[in-house]
Amino acid sequence: MKIFATYNIKGGVGKTATAVNLGYLAARDGYRVLLWDLDPQGAASFLFRIKPRVKGGGKALIRGTKALDAAIKGTDYDGLDLLPADFTYRNLDLLLDAAKRPERRLASLLAPLKSEYDAVFLDCPPSISLLSESVLHAADLLLVPLIPTTLSVRTLDQLTEFLSGFNGHRPDVLPFFSMIDRRKRLHLQIAADLPAERSGFAEAGIGALSVIEQMSVHRAPVTAFAPRSVAAQQYAALWAEARQRAGLTG
Amino acid sequence: MADTSREFVLDGDARAGSDVLLAIAGGASLAGGLSWVNGGPARASRRSWLDTFDWRLYRAGLTLEQVSGRHGTELVLTGRDGGVLATQRVAAGPAWPSLAGALPAGPLRELIEPVAGIRALCPVARATSKVSELRALNDDAKTVARLAVDRMSVTFPARRPAPPRLPLTPVRGYSGFADRVSRAIAGVPGISAGRGSALDTALALAGQHAGDRPGKAAAVQLSPSMPAAAGMAAILTALLDSLEANVPGTIRDIDTEFLHDLRIAVRWTRSALKLCGRALPGGLAREFRPEFRWLGDLTTPSRDLDVYLLDFDGMAAGLVAATESELGPFREHLDRTRAAEHRTLVRGLRSARFARLAASWRAALDSVRPARKRPTVTQLAGTRISAAQGLALQAGLLITPHSPAQSLHDLRKRCKELRYLVEMFGSLHEPAQRWEAVRELKALQDCLGAFQDAEVQRAEIRAFAEQMLAARSAPAATLLAMGEIAAGLARRQAAARSEFDGRFAAFASPASQSRLSALAEPGAA
Repeated sequence: MKIFATYNIKGGVGKTATAVNLGYLAARDGYRVLLWDLDPQGAASFLFRIKPRVKGGGKALIRGTKALDAAIKGTDYDGLDLLPADFTYRNLDLLLDAAKRPERRLASLLAPLKSEYDAVFLDCPPSISLLSESVLHAADLLLVPLIPTTLSVRTLDQLTEFLSGFNGHRPDVLPFFSMIDRRKRLHLQIAADLPAERSGFAEAGIGALSVIEQMSVHRAPVTAFAPRSVAAQQYAALWAEARQRAGLTG
Repeated sequence: MADTSREFVLDGDARAGSDVLLAIAGGASLAGGLSWVNGGPARASRRSWLDTFDWRLYRAGLTLEQVSGRHGTELVLTGRDGGVLATQRVAAGPAWPSLAGALPAGPLRELIEPVAGIRALCPVARATSKVSELRALNDDAKTVARLAVDRMSVTFPARRPAPPRLPLTPVRGYSGFADRVSRAIAGVPGISAGRGSALDTALALAGQHAGDRPGKAAAVQLSPSMPAAAGMAAILTALLDSLEANVPGTIRDIDTEFLHDLRIAVRWTRSALKLCGRALPGGLAREFRPEFRWLGDLTTPSRDLDVYLLDFDGMAAGLVAATESELGPFREHLDRTRAAEHRTLVRGLRSARFARLAASWRAALDSVRPARKRPTVTQLAGTRISAAQGLALQAGLLITPHSPAQSLHDLRKRCKELRYLVEMFGSLHEPAQRWEAVRELKALQDCLGAFQDAEVQRAEIRAFAEQMLAARSAPAATLLAMGEIAAGLARRQAAARSEFDGRFAAFASPASQSRLSALAEPGAA
């Protein structure tokens, strides 16, 4: 089982759209996929038409009184399940703080699902917190969407520095450009220059495309409702890179 | 209790499509609050169900299906409740039969491999399906259940269309909706609850059932008062069925167990003719014993080589001084020799002599008409088990620490004969009583088997080395590695020999003997 996490300290950069589309593409490839919507806003749950509610809330999940698999819901797509968001996830930091070895808690909660899923996608809320630390410890590959601006680049530096302080398991990081606006010269310049300066950047990037915004109208991944669109092709290219980088075989 | 079945059958209309489904859904005013949408165009697929010849997956509660459609080929493993345990996409349909080890690495292989073991997966049924689907949506337009009409046409083992099946698939986390849908469908006229899986349906159309085991020599159901001749004819006919069922798999070399089971049927037959042949009408046993001996001898070289090859990796892994790669030429020699022996075996099984033996033996068994009611099969079982028990005990008591290996081999044969008799007449005894009675015998047989197998393999490895030297295909490193294997076999044999006294003492104990004797008493049957 490979754990992917879409993560960025900043919000509104395309984390949920990435998790939803890559999760769908992984399932379409035949992998058994679980997407955990960790964001109390519940955008991923909304996109899959699943109520953002978990019996017992985040408390029951983190404490282990409710097994993760009992809260899982099937999406409309074969092989793709969702662990919905819950408004109580806003307190996950506090709950984790009370847990033993909080930074390892997510990894240990997911461990029993190893035989059931080939890939897990964690859609994280924007922040740098105990929850994100736990996500970073659990993930095999961090998918980091970056809007091509100078400030975004700074957040990548902060993340890299944060990870360098980790002992033991460190996730591989796959930064990629997201919401690239081809009308903005700065976007195009940073998107062209930065991968040459930094290693490990994804070749694929995601444009600022209105069809992606339409996901909230269709309540479905763009890769499902518009599989031939440019956006779907960009996500497919990103998934191919992510899959290879994570060493997901079969 | 309300019906929450997940499988339904559409009575009568084999042309049913999604329009019929919509009518069902609408007309039945299914489960309030749900709406229904067409799940897209009908999907055509080719389906194959796979299992080992002796139904190991089925007996473990597993069903393996290969589905090929427009989007490729997928293997789907389901459990007893029909829930999907694992799926695996495959680039192209593997060439079946195939060992589970040939499947791509992944959870599906991990679940199947320990169950199938050394037996190959073979198609047990094939069909084509055209599936139309309806999706039940809740008030968020979220799919909560899927109802399909599966128009299946079976192509193997018989060519027949099946009644349209209506599988209802709940979506995880929404089983409550599926239960409501199920109860509503159950009330729709023209629909009845389905019995069994799609595989069960496919087999039933050919008059077969999952789990039918023609391949294994098993005890037949005997009536205690039936004449001995009729009982023996029934036992020997079942053994002939088993023998013949394993011939095609042996010829095609699907896996090693076809030959193994074929040999078991031959050995049981030979023992039955030797120990109980006099119960058959005059001269029958005497006439056929040499032919079954020929058949047994025909199969021995291939089986010995199979045993060697099955054990090869274990032996290679035990090397200390030599390396596994140094055994390469030995492995190649075994593979070549086995291929040559298999060709000889196939010629024998395709020969007129074998065809004559099988046909005339079946005709002879069919024509057995017991002239006398006595002895009954119970009396025959009692006297023969008692005599075989006495011979085994006697042979074992004569063994001393200085006895040659042949004495232990002779004892092993006596023990096998006793065991065959107990198993052959098994239906005359309670299974628990039989199991208790053979406990010590089985442990003794394991010990004698380990001793004798090591003895045979030691002699064979010497012969193989000589053959390889003569063919100039034996590098010195290989011969040294083979020497190390021979030493390992000698250690294994010595260990079995040192266990023998304890195992035989347990077998010869009054408690063990009286449990065996009880099987021979008239009241036991």
